[in-house]
Amino acid sequence: MSRHTLSVLVENKPGVLTRVAALFARRAFNIHSLAVGPTEHPDISRITVVVDVDTNPLEQVTKQLNKLVNVLKIVELTPQASVQRELLLVKVKADDASRTAVLQVVELFRAHVVDVAPDAVTIEATGGEDKLTALLTALQPYGIREIVQSGAVAIGRGSRSMTDRALERIARSA
Amino acid sequence: MTTQVPHPAPPRPTPPRPTSAIREPASAAGEPMSGAAAVVRALEAVGTEVIFGIPGGAVLPVYDPLFDSSMRHILVRHEQGAGHAATGYAAATGRVGVCMATSGPGATNLVTPLADAHMDSVPIVAITGQVAAPMIGTDAFQEADIVGITMPITKHSFLVTDPAEIPARIAEAFHIAQSGRPGPVLVDIAKSAMQAETRFVWPTELDIPGYHPITKPHIKQVREAARLLATSRRPVLYVGGGVIRADASEQLRALVDLSGAPAVTTLMARGALPDSHPQHVGMPGMHGSVSAVAALQKADLIVALGARFDDRVTGRLDSFAPNATVVHADIDPAEIGKNRIADVPIVGDLREVLTDLAAELRREHTQHGLPDLEAWWTALDDLRERYPLGWTPTADGLLAPQHVISRLGELAGPDAIYCAGVGQHQMWASQFIRYERPRTWLNSGGLGTMGYAIPAAMGAKAGMPDREVWAIDGDGCFQMTNQELATCALEDIPIKVALINNSSLGMVRQWQTLFYGERYSNTDLNTGHETRRIPDFVKLAEAYGCVGLRCESIKDVDATIKKAREIDDRPVVVDFVVSRDAMVWPMVAAGVSNDEIQYARDITPAFDRDE
Repeated sequence: MSRHTLSVLVENKPGVLTRVAALFARRAFNIHSLAVGPTEHPDISRITVVVDVDTNPLEQVTKQLNKLVNVLKIVELTPQASVQRELLLVKVKADDASRTAVLQVVELFRAHVVDVAPDAVTIEATGGEDKLTALLTALQPYGIREIVQSGAVAIGRGSRSMTDRALERIARSA
Repeated sequence: MTTQVPHPAPPRPTPPRPTSAIREPASAAGEPMSGAAAVVRALEAVGTEVIFGIPGGAVLPVYDPLFDSSMRHILVRHEQGAGHAATGYAAATGRVGVCMATSGPGATNLVTPLADAHMDSVPIVAITGQVAAPMIGTDAFQEADIVGITMPITKHSFLVTDPAEIPARIAEAFHIAQSGRPGPVLVDIAKSAMQAETRFVWPTELDIPGYHPITKPHIKQVREAARLLATSRRPVLYVGGGVIRADASEQLRALVDLSGAPAVTTLMARGALPDSHPQHVGMPGMHGSVSAVAALQKADLIVALGARFDDRVTGRLDSFAPNATVVHADIDPAEIGKNRIADVPIVGDLREVLTDLAAELRREHTQHGLPDLEAWWTALDDLRERYPLGWTPTADGLLAPQHVISRLGELAGPDAIYCAGVGQHQMWASQFIRYERPRTWLNSGGLGTMGYAIPAAMGAKAGMPDREVWAIDGDGCFQMTNQELATCALEDIPIKVALINNSSLGMVRQWQTLFYGERYSNTDLNTGHETRRIPDFVKLAEAYGCVGLRCESIKDVDATIKKAREIDDRPVVVDFVVSRDAMVWPMVAAGVSNDEIQYARDITPAFDRDE
């Protein structure tokens, strides 16, 4: 098993996320994370899905996704050719005795404190999975109270836009 | 009152072409009407002739303008019947089948036929009523999330709440259903959208930017396939149902003749190549002929044409055709490499693939001469001779079901349409009737839906009224959907039913005989010889306004079939009381290698150990 990041452009219509997610369930593919959001084009949404599969099943995932009528384009974004980020919000115990040490960790990881209470701080961090895992490990000794983490979003390096290319193709086929 | 829209007679049998769904209605642009009238107008505009359905609360608005339409609505007795009838219609004619149901239970009753059509790639469109848009999500009376329920078993689906969208969504539904790899499409329309006033605007282009099936094959791949076909010593053409869906039988025939290679036709492809063709070596699979199974197992090249390496064909996948290079041609890229890695993948419409492949193969032959297939044919002919399909006489004096089906095929001939349920009778019907034409053999292959035969035969007969249509059904299957005999009798759809009545769930019983120590748990149906005959099928047929006949003796078989064939004003049901101990052979038990095929019980041909 290896980890793959797929960027899926879909029509911005009701039920499309359900179709994509249901397809993974029905074909017994494991989703590691999923992130959905708008793009620069109002009719197009972008789903970033990280899956744990071998190469052959990955091809099957891509082909099955392509069969969904609302799916416009699928690109696999490799770590080398793309930038991938996740967002982490973590609430850590921090009283007068430990706060300075916690803030040093925040500084070290270029994270931010977004909320402070007498006995805790909430930290916001973005980065790749490795960085966020390392941050959590560093914060562990102080006592982690709550974690919320987004799925990965990813974008290809360079000047080309995935949406443009999808739109060109749509224009050609129309 | 809607205007009668003169729709052009749909071409038949229509090859599914990408843009054929869009036909301009005579005068429609912006005409004001209700959403319900727009549904009817749109269905007319795409060339619908027949709709199978049942009205109910949420779809009632459509039934009012439908009352005045030129389209024929056939009132079925159960929505499952409507769905399978649409499938039978589509499979027999090549045109899109249409079924209609109300919300909630009406729609959920369509689930089985939608799943069935999805597995067997049959183009149907289901129109369902949905509760009014403001009520959606409130658990309203007869509300079911049918779009959600059917997502994994439809090619695509739409929920329409805006009446202005009705024509476009229906046009898209028909286009999606019949283009690319055909399949079922559901259009769920809120009652509020049907009742609202709108303007009917027929779309000039389809708004489906993510849908573009590839029809033109890649020539480099086709060339490679031709090269392999021209040079391999043990090639086999593995012909699947896709050839029939693509209306590519003619092109297939040309390739078969040109290549000189043996061909096998799967359960879904029976009739794609005439059984009388000398290069036809039979049906492969769990109950296939020894020659067809062996041909695939021993092949050095398999050219799969619109087939999907189903587990019922391959047996244990890791021991299937171990020495074969695989060329896999299909319209659906996702089928290629799904079960068996393809060495040469070809994505495209089979008519184009086969035409191009034949042209390239001809070039190969011109340059390098014809391949020497003599040794291969000697081996296969030997198997054909040693292991023909056959059966042993029954020990209990009752009819041999294989004899009944074989005689039916002989007497009704290759122009009749045969439609089977699922089980032993289906396998015998695939084995002992000789199919010479495509679209003369309809059955539920992928889903294995018991109860398919009667409604599907009804649909086929409605679409092909001049053809003789036989449902070959089992006593188990028949009791799942025989209510549609009422529809057939009242709607003047005179199908004929050959009931292969072994008084049991025969295929399950066969497995109990072979794998469960003859412990016949819950397979006795009490419909046959020396039972209470509940129900009595002859009386049941008569109660439904059909002619009921019974045949219990071998000397009466031909005469009974002849008598049934002469009746054309009503449906006929013939209760053939057959032996329950007859079994389907050959057989590859589930989960074992095709090399373990048994010709008859405990008799395994030595084809794999010859060399």
